[in-house]
Amino acid sequence: MNNLHDIAVGTELPPLRVPSISRTTLALYAGASGDHNPMHIDLDAARAAGMDDVFAHGMLSMAYLGRLLTGWVPQERIRSYSVRFAAITPVHGQPTCTGRVTAIEEADGERRARLDLRVALEDGTVTLTGQALVALT
Amino acid sequence: MTADLRTPAFTVPAERGRLRFFAQAIGEHDPIYSDLDAARKAGHPDLPVPPTFLFCLEMDRPDPFSFLAEAGIDLARVLHGEQRFTYHAMAHAGDELTFESHIADTYEKKGGALRFLVRETRVTRAGEPVADLTNVIVVRGEAAA
Repeated sequence: MNNLHDIAVGTELPPLRVPSISRTTLALYAGASGDHNPMHIDLDAARAAGMDDVFAHGMLSMAYLGRLLTGWVPQERIRSYSVRFAAITPVHGQPTCTGRVTAIEEADGERRARLDLRVALEDGTVTLTGQALVALT
Repeated sequence: MTADLRTPAFTVPAERGRLRFFAQAIGEHDPIYSDLDAARKAGHPDLPVPPTFLFCLEMDRPDPFSFLAEAGIDLARVLHGEQRFTYHAMAHAGDELTFESHIADTYEKKGGALRFLVRETRVTRAGEPVADLTNVIVVRGEAAA
């Protein structure tokens, strides 16, 4: 855990590199998350809908990005967390999660860091952009 | 389709075994998310519900995508556009969480080629707020009337 007093605008979170997403990853995530949408696990269903292949759940990448946050501060300090899904993550995609402090603010009697968040694949494709508010005091 | 379409309230327990399975599925190695002793040493009464898992718990509804079917939307044409969480309290394994959802807004872009649904969900525990979720769903390739 880092020292919360040292956090300032421009502070970068230690990046989180995730192993390549396999079909097994998608099957496990479907079961654990309860999201059984066949577009993520059933090649026949994906092809019937005009896709070349299944693709990863957006919420799997949001969960990885959540790990970046909870690896940086205890979860109870997270006040809000939001993402926009910018691109589909294909099977075998390898996401890297990054974050950076963009502002330090006072609200509801506490000091908070505002973070810009991002998930990108190894070819540079940005799949998620997001923001979080984290209490520092 | 009318905005403000409500889904009946749904109450579901956060279960330890399910939280461990979720931690494994997302590659979470921090022991507080799977080991009860580690969680308690970190000051938690039980395994914490991780930041995005509240979205997943609502998927335990008997027919989680029924609100799409009711709106005449094919699940195969749906993409997740945005997801937002505002947290009011931590949730842990053993908590009974209640989800109340409604469609807050619906709009179109690109001359109807893309249709958007904004779904808001309030999560409570014994009437106390736990989190507010906003889910923006994009329906692609559908020439909306």
